[in-house]
Amino acid sequence: MAENKKVIVPIGPYHPLLEEPEYFQLYCDGEEVVDVEWIAGYNHRGIEKLSESKHWEQVTFLVERICGICSTSHPIAYCNAVEDLSGIEIPERAKYIRNVIGELERLHSHLLWVGLAGHFLGYNTVFMWAWKYREPILDMFEMITGNRNHYAMLRIGGVRRDIEDEDIPVLKKTLSEVKDKIKMLTEAVLDDPVLGARLKGVGVLKKQDIKNYGAVGPIARASGVDIDVRKDDPYAAYNLVEWKVITTENGDVFDKAVVRLLESFESIKIIEQSLDAIYHKKGEIWKEVRNIPEGEGIGHHEAPRGEVFHYVRSDGNTTSPVRHKIRAPSYVNIPTFKASCIGQTISDVCIILAGVDPCYCCTERVAVYDKDKKKKVYSFDQLVKKSIEKTERIKKEIGKEGKLWKKLL
Amino acid sequence: MNAIYNFVYFILSFLVLSIIGLFVSWIDRKITARIQWRVGPPWYQNFADIIKLSGKEILIPENGNKFIFLFSPILGLISATICGTIIFLVLKKNFGFGGDLILFVYLLIIPSLSIILGGSSSGNVLASVGISRELKLLLSYELPFICGIIIPAIKSGSTTSLIEIIKYQEINGSNILSFSGILGFIIILISSVGKLGVVPFDLAEAETEIAGGSLIEYSGILLGFYKLTKAILFVVVPIFVVILYLGGSEVNSFGGFLIFLIKYLIVVILITLIRNTNPRLRIDQTLRFFWGWLTLIGILGILLTLSGV
Repeated sequence: MAENKKVIVPIGPYHPLLEEPEYFQLYCDGEEVVDVEWIAGYNHRGIEKLSESKHWEQVTFLVERICGICSTSHPIAYCNAVEDLSGIEIPERAKYIRNVIGELERLHSHLLWVGLAGHFLGYNTVFMWAWKYREPILDMFEMITGNRNHYAMLRIGGVRRDIEDEDIPVLKKTLSEVKDKIKMLTEAVLDDPVLGARLKGVGVLKKQDIKNYGAVGPIARASGVDIDVRKDDPYAAYNLVEWKVITTENGDVFDKAVVRLLESFESIKIIEQSLDAIYHKKGEIWKEVRNIPEGEGIGHHEAPRGEVFHYVRSDGNTTSPVRHKIRAPSYVNIPTFKASCIGQTISDVCIILAGVDPCYCCTERVAVYDKDKKKKVYSFDQLVKKSIEKTERIKKEIGKEGKLWKKLL
Repeated sequence: MNAIYNFVYFILSFLVLSIIGLFVSWIDRKITARIQWRVGPPWYQNFADIIKLSGKEILIPENGNKFIFLFSPILGLISATICGTIIFLVLKKNFGFGGDLILFVYLLIIPSLSIILGGSSSGNVLASVGISRELKLLLSYELPFICGIIIPAIKSGSTTSLIEIIKYQEINGSNILSFSGILGFIIILISSVGKLGVVPFDLAEAETEIAGGSLIEYSGILLGFYKLTKAILFVVVPIFVVILYLGGSEVNSFGGFLIFLIKYLIVVILITLIRNTNPRLRIDQTLRFFWGWLTLIGILGILLTLSGV
C-alpha cells in the first residue's frame, strides 16, 4: 500500500449497507475515494469440503444452502454438472419446470435488488414497493414447490415435484399482475430525474474492464458485453423458448438497474411459454439415476447475478463427489470495484458496491487466523506464494510435465 | 420572581414542544408507512423510543473529548427549545422585538452546530465524514433559507419582527398569495427539508453509507436528546414557515387555531411527501442545487418582491 493513503473509512465488517459480514476499506481523501481494499473470510463454511462427505443426492440440497437469494441456481448448476458427468438427458417436462423455477428466481432476485438499491439511496418508498411486488412471486413459489425459499425442487435426473394442470391458470394470472406492477415500477424508476442524477455516469465499467476482470451477468450486459449462459451454452429448455439477451451500452449503475428491470420481462416471457409447454406436454419429470460413473463434469447456470459454475469429479466407487468446485458470480463481479470505485465519492461508492448485487456467502474463500493472537496469519499474496511453491514441489516429485502443458508451452 | 416564572415557562414549553414534536413525528412516520404499504407504528411509538433510550447506558468513546461529547446534545436541545418558546410567545402576540426574525435564524443554526460539535468530539471516522457533510449542508441550505425569509420580510413592510409579519398578513392577506410569495414558499419549504435533515438531504446521517454519521457514537439519553431536538425542530420549522407565508388568521380563537393547525399540518405533510418521493442526494449535488437553482429563484423572488409583484 502506498504511504500517502488518507483516512480509512470502513464499510464493514458489520455495516447497514451489507447484509453479510464483509469488509471494504475505503481510502479517502475528503469525500473522494482513492483506493479500495476488500477483505473477505468472515463467513467461510467449507461447502465444497462438506459436499465431499455427502451422497450425490444430498449435495443438491447442500448447495441450495449456499445462498438464500439465488437458492436454486446452485442446484441447477450442480445437477447440470452431474448429468454432464453421467451423460443423462433429462425428460423434456422436467426441462421446462427447471426453466420456470430458474426464471421465477431471477424475477424475485431482481426485484429484491431494485428494492435494496432504493434503500441504499435513501429511497425507502422504492424499497417497500419493490418488495411488495415481490410477494406474489414468493407465493407462486409456495404454490409450485411448497416453499417460499429454498425450494428443494431439483434432483439429479429431473425435478422432484410436478406443476399441476389446475395451477397453471392461477400462475399465469398472478404473473400477468406482477408484469403490470413491474412495468409501473420500471417506468417510475426510469423517469425519476433525481434517481437519474444519482445513478447515471456513476461507477462506469467499460467493455475492456469487463473483459479484464471477467465479470459476468447483468454487470457485463450493462456494459454491452453480450454474455449469457442461457444463450451461449443452452441447458434446461432455454433453447426451446423465445427470448432475447438484454444489453445496454453505458455500464453505469443506472444501466445495471435498467438491464435487471428489462430482464424481468424476458423472464416473464420465458415462464409463460414454459407453462404453456408444461400444459401441453405430459410425461415423466424424473429419470432414475442408479450410479454415477467415473469421470468429471461441468455445469453452469445463469444465476440472477451471473454465471454459476460447478465442477464435479467422481471415481466411480464412492457415493459422493471426490472433488466439487463451485465458482459463484459475485466472486468475479466484486473485484470490478477496483475499476469502478476509485475516484468516486463515498456516497457513490456505496451504491456502486451494491450495484453488482454482491452476495458474499457464496464468494467466501479461505482465511487463516491465529486463534490466540486474533489476526490473519496469511495475506492473499502469501497464500498465492504458498500455492506456487506447492505446485513447484509436486512438479519436482513427479519429475515430468503434462503433455498438454508441453503443447501449450 | 420573574426569573422563576420564566424558567417554569421554559420547562413547560419544553414539555409541550416535546409532546407535540413526538406526536407530529408519529404522523410523519405513519404517512410514510402508508405510502410504503406498511401499517406503521402506534401513536405512542416515539414516546416509547425516548423512554427506552433514557434507560440505556451512555457509552463515551475513549479517544473523544468527553465534555463536548456530553454537552453538545444538551446545547442543541436547549436552543431548539428556545426557538419553540419564542415561537409560542410570538403566536400569542405577547412577546417580540424588532430583529427577532434574525435571532430566530441564528437559533435555528445551533442544533446543526451541536451535531457538528458532538460528531467531532466522538473521534470516529464515519462521524468525521458526517460532520463534514453536515457543515457543507448547513452552508448550502442557509443561503436560500435566508432568501426565503427576506421575501416576506420585505412584503410585510420591510420589518424584521415576527409579530409585525403576522399583523401585516392579518390585514393584507397571506404572503403566499402573490407570484413572488409562491416562489418564496417553495424555496423555504425545500430549505426546511434540508434544515430538518430528512431525505433527500439526510446525507449527514445516511444510514446506508456512513451508518448514522455524526450520531454514530451516541447512545442512551444523549441520542434521545438528539431525537428530541429533531422532533422539536419538526414543530418549530413548519410553524416558522406558516408564520412567514401562510399567516392571516387569529390564532387565539378556537376557529383560528384550527385553521392554523391545518396550515401547519399541510406544511408537515408536504415535507413528508418530499422525503418519500426522492432518493438521497450527493453532497456536491446538494450544494449545486441549493446555491444554483434555488438561490437564483430566491434572488429573482426578492427582485420581484421589491418591484411589488
